[in-house]
Formats: sequence, structure tokens, C-alpha cells
Amino acid sequence: MCETIAAISTAYGEGGIGIIRISGPESLGILRRIFSCKGSIESRRMTYGRIIDPEDSSIIDEVLAVYMKAPSTYTGEDVAEINCHGSTVSLRKTLALVLREGARMAEPGEFTKRAFLNGRLDLSQAEAVIDVIKAKADASYDAAISQMEGDLSRTVRQIRKNILDILVELTVNIDYPDEDIEQLTYEKLQTGIKAAENEVEELLATAGTGRMIKEGIRVAIVGRPNVGKSSLMNGLLRQSRAIVTEVPGTTRDTIEETVSIRNIPVYLIDTAGIRQTEDVVEKIGIERTKEAFNNADLIVFIVDASEPLTEEDEDILARLEGRRALILLNKTDLGNTVTPGEIADKSPNSDILYTCLLNGEGIKEIEDRIEELVYGGQLSQKDCVMVNNVRHEELLRRALQFLVDAETITKAGEALDIIEIDVREAYDLLGEIIGETVSDEVIDEVFSRFCLGK
Amino acid sequence: MDTFFMGEYDIIVIGAGHAGCEAGLAASRMGKKTLMLSINLEAVAMMPCNPSIGGTGKGHLVREVDALGGEMGVNTDKTFIQSRMLNTAKGPAVHSLRAQADKTRYHLEMKKTIEKEPLLDMKQGEVVDLVIEDGKACGVVLRTGAVYRSRAVILATGTFLAGKIFIGDSVFDSGPNGLAPSMELAERLREYGLPMRRFKTGTPARALASSLDYSKMIPQDGDEEIVPFSFLNEELKREQIRCWLTYTNEKTHEVIRANFHRSALFGGKIEGVGPRYCPSIEDKVNRFADRKRHQLFIEPEGLDTEEMYIQGMSSSLPEDVQQAFYETIEGLENLKIVRPAYAIEYDCIDPLDLKMTLENRTLDGLFCAGQFNGSSGYEEAAAQGLMAGINAVLKLDGKEPFILDRSQAYIGVLIDDLVTKGTNEPYRIMTSRAEYRLMLRQDNADLRLTELGHEVGLVRQDRYDKYLEKKKAVELETKRLKRKMVSPERANPLLEQLGTAPIKTAQSLYELLRRPEVTYDNTAEIDAERPALTRHQRTTMEVEIKYGGYIQKQLSQIEKFKRLEGRKLSSEIDYSKIDGLRIEAQQKLNDLKPVSVGQASRISGVSPADINVLLIYLEKNRRKTADQGEKSEES
Repeated sequence: MCETIAAISTAYGEGGIGIIRISGPESLGILRRIFSCKGSIESRRMTYGRIIDPEDSSIIDEVLAVYMKAPSTYTGEDVAEINCHGSTVSLRKTLALVLREGARMAEPGEFTKRAFLNGRLDLSQAEAVIDVIKAKADASYDAAISQMEGDLSRTVRQIRKNILDILVELTVNIDYPDEDIEQLTYEKLQTGIKAAENEVEELLATAGTGRMIKEGIRVAIVGRPNVGKSSLMNGLLRQSRAIVTEVPGTTRDTIEETVSIRNIPVYLIDTAGIRQTEDVVEKIGIERTKEAFNNADLIVFIVDASEPLTEEDEDILARLEGRRALILLNKTDLGNTVTPGEIADKSPNSDILYTCLLNGEGIKEIEDRIEELVYGGQLSQKDCVMVNNVRHEELLRRALQFLVDAETITKAGEALDIIEIDVREAYDLLGEIIGETVSDEVIDEVFSRFCLGK
Repeated sequence: MDTFFMGEYDIIVIGAGHAGCEAGLAASRMGKKTLMLSINLEAVAMMPCNPSIGGTGKGHLVREVDALGGEMGVNTDKTFIQSRMLNTAKGPAVHSLRAQADKTRYHLEMKKTIEKEPLLDMKQGEVVDLVIEDGKACGVVLRTGAVYRSRAVILATGTFLAGKIFIGDSVFDSGPNGLAPSMELAERLREYGLPMRRFKTGTPARALASSLDYSKMIPQDGDEEIVPFSFLNEELKREQIRCWLTYTNEKTHEVIRANFHRSALFGGKIEGVGPRYCPSIEDKVNRFADRKRHQLFIEPEGLDTEEMYIQGMSSSLPEDVQQAFYETIEGLENLKIVRPAYAIEYDCIDPLDLKMTLENRTLDGLFCAGQFNGSSGYEEAAAQGLMAGINAVLKLDGKEPFILDRSQAYIGVLIDDLVTKGTNEPYRIMTSRAEYRLMLRQDNADLRLTELGHEVGLVRQDRYDKYLEKKKAVELETKRLKRKMVSPERANPLLEQLGTAPIKTAQSLYELLRRPEVTYDNTAEIDAERPALTRHQRTTMEVEIKYGGYIQKQLSQIEKFKRLEGRKLSSEIDYSKIDGLRIEAQQKLNDLKPVSVGQASRISGVSPADINVLLIYLEKNRRKTADQGEKSEES
């Protein structure tokens, strides 16, 4: 077992933290490249640090990470585990990074399989392992079936068909040098590869929205203490989970809740206020708030419409620049001191709504806005194809890389049989998305299209 | 009929075509007393179709057969009359050697080689039955009543087995080229329960050279510099003959279309399945109706004959139609047909009934090779013959079988495809069938295989020495080129002349050689202390430098592939007892009994989840065995 594999090892959408498990010889190397901490990474020591994208140095998440040296680990191989915040956004970003750095997406039950094969599970557990693999494979088979009927597979099939055209031309030119067939020019070859490249890129571009629908969006609720954040949360949850009190600063930590709004999973992050404080506990809460603020897909900023804007409100308004934001003028029952015009002056691109959250007024409008955000623009068309699965995204990304390589060496005038290797690799990777790899498609096409033979 | 005992051999080979010859030679050269039988000794190494050896994929097979100590490459080098390296512009992995062979000389040279082989006897005789005892093949019965006993039998019957020729309405039992067919044996094999089927193939007419007008055709010459097939030969000089190219036209197609109804192919008389890559001219005209013309090559059959092969024009149309459509072609207006084109249908086995060693699953000790296994082509036949011969010997000696995998050789791809996936048409090798093409080049076939051929005892010392020399020379020279630095002053005038960017600081010659424009030959002037390398050494070294990056990439893919290939599966496993395997997988695995998890993964109907279950099962068993081992040691 030489490949390094990775996956999110906590159940989807559950728990306050999410763990990404990496297993294989590259575990430590990958961790080193994306994890920045004080001091060095030692085996079996949980270390606090940040996940940083080495390409653009952007911070993905603050995490706890641990590296465990083989063989005394779950799988019997070198293992690294990254404890991310429970949100799918930071989890999937971190996982994507791990995959980009050289790990392969683990197959269903693969950690357990490796554990067994490396002697980490005893014989009596073997049967259970088979069941696990079977059950998961069946589940993914069902998923594959539903994908097969879906638009994604149709699109992937179309792209593959176009790549097949290129492969057939390459094959016939290579395997039938003496035949009376049109010689494949590098120009034609490059055009074909480039077209396939564009198609894969286009599909990849939908990955964000696709995931939003499947994995949900993060909505951070911000505002001064006691402005109505918890009421909003409750309104959306329609159950009383967060404590609603009259004392400012009660919501000391960020509270995350998942709700389903029009079938879109939405992670609501109720934050502490951002006001200056000496209270240590509250200080941590405020830090979390800033982080939630930075990671959110949508920020809902609640303003007490019955009082003039405070310094803190102004501070938040300033931070909204460049972010997707919805501003609620709340407590309209108590007065209308703050006007939409005043807000629009300070945050021109934000969406503004009047609400009275205590009475549940405005909740429906907020839900409308969230739906619009996800399905907004062109994406609202029902027949739009979307990639909503990390494995598919990874396969598409790898296929794209091979096509880019193929195009590069075609431009450089490299030999046809070398180019064919990269094109075929891309073809096979796309096939994995729809469960078609080993086949005689190319040869079949060669014979149906060309008149060959003695 | 009375039968009588005539002798005892280790191995008997039925058939003396390209598969039979390699099988017989390999078995006897590995020390086994071997008998080769042929219905007619005029058919030894006969080329009943095109007069050429090699081509894309096929040329690779010939090189591999040669590297393992087979005869096809050597015999071709002795008898070719034109040689061409195809695909030179399309990349190192697909350079393909093809030679026009003198058919008669090819046959005579091979026959002489066989006659001179000490442990090999060759006899004319038609095998009508096998001697079978306890489900084991252990001899043959000839039409004359003669019985020869042996410990293994190799079937290489080509198109002789229940052969039937079609020329228009005329349908008759016949082997290739008008030779007698093998009818009784075909019946016996069906009786013994072998899964038999019908395939078909065809060949074009032969024309008299003097009846053709070459002024209307385009000449096709051989290469000025001849590259030999065999690694034993370095430089060959030979007078080469010309081939000719001409085309069909609308008139040709009209004649053919008007006579579709008289073709055996469309008349529904032929039940056998023909190969798609070898369609008859009526098939081409039918399927590609919009094509204005089809090309055909006129190729001499040998130096001592006036017969010319009309490549591209096989047909099962009646003789009068053949004459009529050939005459419409430029240069063929006055053509005299010497032998008409025909289609031939024959019995062959479903290769899924074979093990990786090419031994039959139904009858123990019966090995199978060549067209009998559902392949097509001289080269494919030779490769299987060689492997069947080697494996029959290893079985008799109780040694491990000799199996080449898909990352080692085209031979491995060919046999794995046949016995794992099966085939619905006569199977032809193609470079696109190989996953690891960059490693399976024809220039390095010796580096890949000669060591293995030596280990099994087929490669002789002279070949082995040559291989060691080449291996060492390539290594040393590559090392030297890495160290050999060239200054800009020295290199740039040459680089400029070659149309590639100049260098700013000194670079190794190795680095420079990675540029497409720079070759080993054209850098000789800036590299005075260069050692004298042979052609074979030079080619391999240069390819490996130029494509080093890609080769490295492929090597890591192979490493991955080898992991599953290395997990062996015993033939004793009863897959229906493995919990977790799907029913379809259980059945397929029990039918095919794959030798490795890798092979299992290529069987249609076996899913990745099934493979995981298999891996778990293997590990479970390994531990059980380890436990028992410990216990028995304790007691």
C-alpha cells in the first residue's frame, strides 16, 4: 500500500468538529506543507496551528493536528489527523488541499481495509470489515446509479465522447500508419484537446454551487449584543435553543445550528458581539465571531432600528465591504430611528430588510434571500449540471491537469504516442466519475469509423 | 481401424505453422524430446496470407519472441526482401518494424532449422484423435493408425481445423491454400467438451507480376538503412524489392455492389465471425459507401516467383466477379489471377477455457496456441506458440509457470486479453491495447525479456552475452553523457544549426539530448571520446534519455499495477464459499480461476468491491496459515 489516502472521518454534518484523516507514507509530508504551528510536529502530540494554502498563503482554518508514526496507528501506516471546525466549508477546503498536495480520496471502507491488511484488526473483526465494505460499496453503488441518470453523468459522457474522438484519431494514426486516412495535424489535435479542457473547466466551475446545495452555506449572524441575533436564530430554527436574554453578552460563544431552508442545508452561526471587552471568556467569543465572519457565505447583520447607530454598528458596517450581506433593521415595533438610506450610504451593496424578529416578522423574506443566494442568477435553471461531490471534483481536477499537460506537449510538438498517454489518462479519470474505465471503446470506434485492413 | 504404437515423446505439437514451429523449437531447445506433426510438410511456417512479418504491435511481438530465444525474428532476417521501420515520426513506443518476407524461403529456412534441431522430430501426418487418460492429454492418433504417446500435447491447428473455403457459391472443406483440412480432430475436440466456435478470415487474389502495369502505380521502397528484427543481428545489407500502391475507383465499387448478392459473406453462408481489421473489399464498399477509393498494395510473394499479393482486396465473391473488379483498377487492367481470393472458416476454442499458461482447463496437459485460440496473425501465433512450448516444458519439470504480465510484454497483453476477457473476433494485437506502451518498446524487448528467457533455459549463451553487453553499454554511456559537460562556445554553433536555443552555461550532453532536435548522432562532432555503440545499444540509450520523464511516470504506474498482480490466487479457491462476493463474481471467478488479484480485477463482472472482499479473504487465510504454522512449530 503505497498511496496516501485521505477523507473526512467524522460523520457528515454532525458534531462540533470534523476530522480529516490521512493515512500512508506521505501523511507527514502533506501535513508539513499545509499546517503551520509553533515548534515542530512531533509524533502523537496534538498541536495547535493553522491550515494555510501554500499556493497563496491564505488561512483556511485554525485547527488541532496530530501526526502518528507507523505502525501503532489505526491503519498501521503513518497517519495524520486534522481537527477542523465542524463546518463543512473549512472541512472541505482543508480536504481539497490535502488531496491537492498528493493524497488520493479514500474509497469506502478503505481505512478499515488497510487497518485489517496491516494487521491492526484481529481475525474476528474480519467479517465485520467485509460487511462495512459491502454496505458502503452498495451505498455508493446506489449513489452511482442515481448519478448515472443525472445530468452530471450526461455531461461527463459528452466530454468523454469528445475526448474519445481525439483518442480514436490518435490511435488510428499510430496503429495504422499505412492506411489511406487523413493525417492528424497538431493543430487539429490541439484544438480538440483545448475544447475538452474548456468543457472540464466549465463543469468544475459549478463545483462551488453544487456543494452549496449539497453541503450547505454558512450564514453568520452578527450585531451588537441584545440586538436580536438569538431571536433570528430561533425564528429560523423554530425552536428555542439559543438563550434569549436581556443581558448584553449572553451569547458568549459562537453557536452553530443546521437548518434546512427550502432543502438547502444552512449553517447558522450565532456570534457573540464584537464589542471591546476585558472579559477573557467573552474575548474568545469575539475572536470566534471574527473568524465566523470571515468564513461565512452570507452575513446577516442585525441593527436595532429603534436606536441610532453605535460605534460598534459602524465598525461592522465597515467590515461588510466586499462581502455578501443582508442587513436587518430590527425592532421596528420600537421605532424607526435608523433609515434604509442611512445604511445604504454606508454599505451600498447590501440588501436591507425591515424585521421584527421577536414576533417572527421578516423570517420568510430572509429565507427567500437565502434561496436566491444559492440558486441565484443562471444557476436557478433547473437543468443546470453541477458537481457536488469532492471525489468527482478531484477526478475532474486531475483529468483537467492531464488535458493541460497534453495541450502543452502538443504545442511543443512532442510525439503522438506520448500525447496519447495523457489524453487517455484524462479519459479514464472522467470514466471513473460515471463508473466506466476498462473498455475497448477506442478500438471499437476505430473500426466503426475507419476503413482499415488488408 | 487398427492402431499401433509408434513412439514416445515428452511433447507433441499438432501443427507446424508459426505457432507450432515456435512451440516445437522452444520445447526441444529446453531439452524435451519433441514431435511436430503437420498434415503437409509443405505447410511448415507457411504464410497463407500476406507476405510480410511485423507492423504496429506485431513487430513488437516479433522482437519479444526473439528476445526470449524464439525463431521468428531470426528467420525473417534471413529471408526478408524489403524492410521498413514504420511510425518513426510518431514516438519511440510505436516505432514498428515490418519486413516483406520471401514466402518460400521463409518456409524452407524454418523447415531446415527444425530439421537440424537435435531433439526435435518432424513428421507429415494428420492427427485424427488425442489419447486421453484420466482427463489428461497424453498422445495422438494419426490417420494411418500410428499412435504417439507423450506427456503433453500442444494444439496449433491454425485454420486447418474443420476448415471451409468460400469463393462465391462454391463452398468446400479445405485447409488454407488448398491443403487438406483437419475434419475428424475437430469432431473429437467437440466431443471432449472443449468450448469450440467458428471464426473466419480471408485472403486476396494472387496475380501474375508480368500482367500488371507498374507505370500506373506508386512505387513503395524499403528503408535505405535496414534495422534487423533479431537482437542477434547488428547490420544487414540486402538488395530490396519494390512494392506498389494503387487504388480502387467508382467503377470497382459498382462492379462489387452489383454482385453483393453473389458474395458468400452477404449470402448468409458464412457463420464464422471475421475480424474487423481485415475486412473483405465487399465489406469495405458496403460499410464505407461514401468512400471514393480504397488503397491496395501490390507485394511480391518472393524472389523465385512471379506471384504478387494484392493487399487490401480480400474477397469471397465468385471468381468471375473478382476478375471483373480487379480489372477496373489502374495498373490491373490486364491482370491474370493465379490464385483467387477466398474466405476461410475454421474451428477455434473460446480462449476463456485457457489458463494463463495456455493450458486448457478442460483437458490437463493440453496446451493451445495460435489461431486455435481465437487470435489472428503470424506474429500473434508465434508468440503464443513460444509461450505454450515453454510452459509445457515447465509443467513436465514441475516448475513454476512462465507468465508475462501486461507491464512486461505485448505477449503478456495478448495472452491476458485472450484468456481473461475472451474475444468475439479473431484477435489482433495493437499498440493501443497496451497500457504501458512506453515501457513495451521494440528497442528494449531484450532488456525486458532476455534475462527471463535465460532463466527458463531457452536463451542461448551468445544471445545472453549480447544482452549483458548491451545492458552494460547503455548504463555506462548514459552515465558518461551525464558527466560530459559541453561549454556554450562548443555547443552553440551546433545548436544553432539544429534550430534550437543556445545555452548560456556549460551543460551535460545528457541534458542536451533531451531536446527533440538534438540526437546522439548529430552531436558526435562535439563529443570526441564517444565509445563505439551498436545500433541496438544506441537506440535504447537515446530513447531512454529523451523520454526519461515519461518513462519514469509510467514506471510508477506499473508499480501500482504490480501490487495487485503480485497477490496470487490459488486455483484451489472455491469462490462460491467466499462470503461477501456477489453471485456473478463468484461464478466468473470460479470459471476463470484467475492467477492473481490483478487478473481477477480485469474480468468483466468482477467489481472493485469484490476485489476488496478478495483481499480480505486472502489476508484472513494468510493469518490462519501463519497461526497453524506457529502451532505446529510449538507442538
